[in-house]
Amino acid sequence: MAITAKINVKDNDISAAIREFFISVLDTEDVSAILIPQHLPMKKMLMPTLVTDPQKLETADPLAPCFPMNAARLVSRLTRKPIGGKILVVLRPCEIRAFYELVKLNQGTMDELIIAGVDCLGAYKNSDYLRFLKQHGDKATEIFYQNALNGKTEITEGIDISPACKSCENPIPEGADILIGLLGADISNHLMIQAQSPKGEAVLKRLNLSEAEEPSSRKEAVSALISKRSSYRDEIFLKTHEATDTLDKLNNYLANCVNCYNCRVACPVCYCKECVFVTDVFNHEPYQYIKWAKRKGMIKMPADTVFYHLTRMAHISAACVGCGQCSNACPNDIPLAELFRMVAWQTQKAFDYTAGKSLDEKPPLSVFREDEFQEIVGIK
Amino acid sequence: MTEFEPNIIAFVCNWCTYTAADLAGTSRQSYPKNMRLVRVMCTGMVDSQYIIKAFMEGADGVLVSGCHPGDCHYINGNYKARRRMKMLKEILPLFGFEPQRLRLTWIGASDGIQFAETMRELTEQVRVLGPSQAKSGMVL
Repeated sequence: MAITAKINVKDNDISAAIREFFISVLDTEDVSAILIPQHLPMKKMLMPTLVTDPQKLETADPLAPCFPMNAARLVSRLTRKPIGGKILVVLRPCEIRAFYELVKLNQGTMDELIIAGVDCLGAYKNSDYLRFLKQHGDKATEIFYQNALNGKTEITEGIDISPACKSCENPIPEGADILIGLLGADISNHLMIQAQSPKGEAVLKRLNLSEAEEPSSRKEAVSALISKRSSYRDEIFLKTHEATDTLDKLNNYLANCVNCYNCRVACPVCYCKECVFVTDVFNHEPYQYIKWAKRKGMIKMPADTVFYHLTRMAHISAACVGCGQCSNACPNDIPLAELFRMVAWQTQKAFDYTAGKSLDEKPPLSVFREDEFQEIVGIK
Repeated sequence: MTEFEPNIIAFVCNWCTYTAADLAGTSRQSYPKNMRLVRVMCTGMVDSQYIIKAFMEGADGVLVSGCHPGDCHYINGNYKARRRMKMLKEILPLFGFEPQRLRLTWIGASDGIQFAETMRELTEQVRVLGPSQAKSGMVL
């Protein structure tokens, strides 16, 4: 199963090496399209693009420290029904995990899909990335990776990878069919490429890559990164818990929320086709607002802010993969990713579940056992 | 000083706990007026948002009560309710809600006396806890 090979890097340009690899994959004609982040011709921002012509992969940049949205949603759109051909999608580890959650909710399928993933060293939030890109131009991705692999992610002062990324203990795309490894490899010379499933193996076999061993220092580099991230995560949990451990504090934490619901739109695992919070259920009678206001002399408008966030926690925290897109999408910089990760940690632990880890683990709210959680029943 | 009178919202299933409440009434059992019963067809339909809404509106306690395991008229609604309650009992205490304000019980259709006793005891427990924080402060 584990074919390991290498792709050579010329002139320190790892992006070019990865691009060439994907061009060769699309050239084999076994894969009919590739979904890959790419700089659009009209703007320099990075966007997921669906490419069928290998020549149109010129500005593909899957290593760029940015993901404007969690692409799991897009993959769900592409795999909702059979399309009669294989698609290869290049995803970040958190996008793969989110997609796994959607597959389990019957909102996507794996049948015609090949997933490729790269070791993830984190991403900037969209607005920060644009500034970073402006400053470093075409070399931005290369500069990021060379620094980030040495543990430095704040390259331009004031711009660092998002707290969600800094506290992410899953930087390796474990659910991918094809893994492109940077950690532990001598990236001035080559990258590691590994098939993690029979599907990935089939792709690599067709390409006649030169086989190689897994770099000896990889394991060590991976565990060092994970332990650094984990300790940052624990710090964040402590800080967030301290900032929200009463309802008053939670109010304070969410006080800048304007109920735009961007966090819900950006959330890859908020799976309802229509959210109850945008239906008529929440289009209250005008007199109702007055009644609420009279109770305490005032209410904040729009109302139902804390209600909305708590409901989202109850509905999707078990599926939260910690991608941080809620924070990325918030117009008022509420640290939502920290809050949701903290809650998700608690609820996933309670159900002995890890979101996005395996397709065989059923989502906690979709199953039950007869003899569980007896301790929460009764009033003693 | 007058004693604190809590408001408790109880989501009760049509087939078991609501029937038990009915039986308590016809058997002339008395229970505190602090309880507000909301009859639902099954505890399996009580979405977390109903419970959160009740708290946000100032309920001092919320009870969800349905059929005993194995007795659900929709086969497994009560098991689903139990998972959702587990979820909320993990989340709400993070923000300072006392877990004792949120309760799940199984009360069968013939348990009229047990229904009245549970209501009395629950009311006392919530009375001791005092008013919910959602009541006193401003809630966004």
